[in-house]
Amino acid sequence: MNSPAIEVRGLTKRYGARAAVDGLSLTVEDGELFALLGLNGAGKTTTIKMLCGLTEPTDGAALVYGQSVQDGGAEERRMVNLSPQESAFAGKLTVRENLELMARVYGADRAAARDLASDLMSRLSLTDRAGDQARKLSGGLQRRLSIAMALITEPRLVFLDEPTLGLDIRARRELWNTLRELKGKMTIVLTTHYLEEAEALADRIGIMHDGALTALGTADELKALSRTDNIEDAFLALTGADEMEVER
Amino acid sequence: MTAFAARNFKEIVRDPLTLLFGAGLPVVLILFISLLQRSLPGGTNAAFEIGSFAPAMAVFSFSFVALFSGLLVAGDRKSAFLMRLFASPLTARDFIFGYVLPVLPIALAQAVICFVFAAFMGLKVTGWLLFALLLLIPTALMYTFFGLLFGSLLSDKQLGGVFSIFVNVTTWFSGTWFDTGLIGGAFKTICNLLPFSHAVEMARAAAAGDPAGIFPHLWWVLGYAVAAGAAAVLAFRAKMKA
Repeated sequence: MNSPAIEVRGLTKRYGARAAVDGLSLTVEDGELFALLGLNGAGKTTTIKMLCGLTEPTDGAALVYGQSVQDGGAEERRMVNLSPQESAFAGKLTVRENLELMARVYGADRAAARDLASDLMSRLSLTDRAGDQARKLSGGLQRRLSIAMALITEPRLVFLDEPTLGLDIRARRELWNTLRELKGKMTIVLTTHYLEEAEALADRIGIMHDGALTALGTADELKALSRTDNIEDAFLALTGADEMEVER
Repeated sequence: MTAFAARNFKEIVRDPLTLLFGAGLPVVLILFISLLQRSLPGGTNAAFEIGSFAPAMAVFSFSFVALFSGLLVAGDRKSAFLMRLFASPLTARDFIFGYVLPVLPIALAQAVICFVFAAFMGLKVTGWLLFALLLLIPTALMYTFFGLLFGSLLSDKQLGGVFSIFVNVTTWFSGTWFDTGLIGGAFKTICNLLPFSHAVEMARAAAAGDPAGIFPHLWWVLGYAVAAGAAAVLAFRAKMKA
């Protein structure tokens, strides 16, 4: 039996007396598109940072494909990539150079990196800006580049932290289509403030509030749980209530 | 690591400040001081003779190498780009080499430009200049490590102010502009305890074909390079963990 993509038990991160993430337990299956929703400061980004090995948990365990995140070496890191909340690229490198850089950092040779970059630029409509320095792109294009840099390494698990923030409606829909195409080919964990985005894309949705997971299920299950008929009302109800969990 | 080092090289050389300060300023100073030296009867002071001043300018140009490497690290720390790289398979060693290696050819290019321009201003071209270039490598490393250390500890905004102090300290305490013995006392003691005058004296001795004269300056430079390197690695690792 395959290991789940993510297995988290009692994951906690404290900053002094404040718990940014408080006893989070969660399983994300291989190939699943999982959305993590929550208000600002709910602990979504801290959770992602712990799952990427960027932040040490205060307590609890996090496994990615059966391997402890904290003990993982280069091979384990090669399986995972992320697109941080802020656009993350090398400003004076061109779009193509940024993409090839990421591919090569993750082990691709020069020729493979070039091919991967060409393919991804085509899929994310970046080809005509291939030679432009990243710092000179518009905010939306920078966002798209940042996401492309996460996808170019063909990770088994990718974290997309607010991937569509700052994208116009057309670019957002294009990215949705890209994510739909990737569904099943890689495990995707995305955080978003756009509730309709989570509903449209995610297999399951986890709702975080004050560092804890307050609800977990499909969009329909969450609506049923909160006795509402739209995801926005469900979200408001579930971030104001005590823990409610729909087991899969 | 090669890809990351190549990225860092591109980031530095694509900044116009690199050319302006790294090569432009030392060349302008060589021109200015050479003309001044020629126009005054009997010259000004021994430090301004082209054989002394050109190697000192090569060392001076490394102050900007420290600035480039510091700004690169501080800029990366400020952006989410470094967060992305920290999540990648790159190791701490990859980061350190990736930041240091691309800076060395830039530093050596600056030194070559200084010597070539100084040759037009009367510097005697001998094989010893190659020896001087070789001995400038540990000096360039030392300055690069100072840059990495500052870049790891300071924000990019703080860096500008600290570097203006650093550039002044490295030049005034290095004997570039005058023989530190002219002031003597505590000033000379401080100069001797810092590595900058040793770096300049070593470069001057090497360029002048005096291999024995590079000692004990080489040991001072190597000692500071190792210490600055260790401090930079510790500071960067601490930032990685944070």
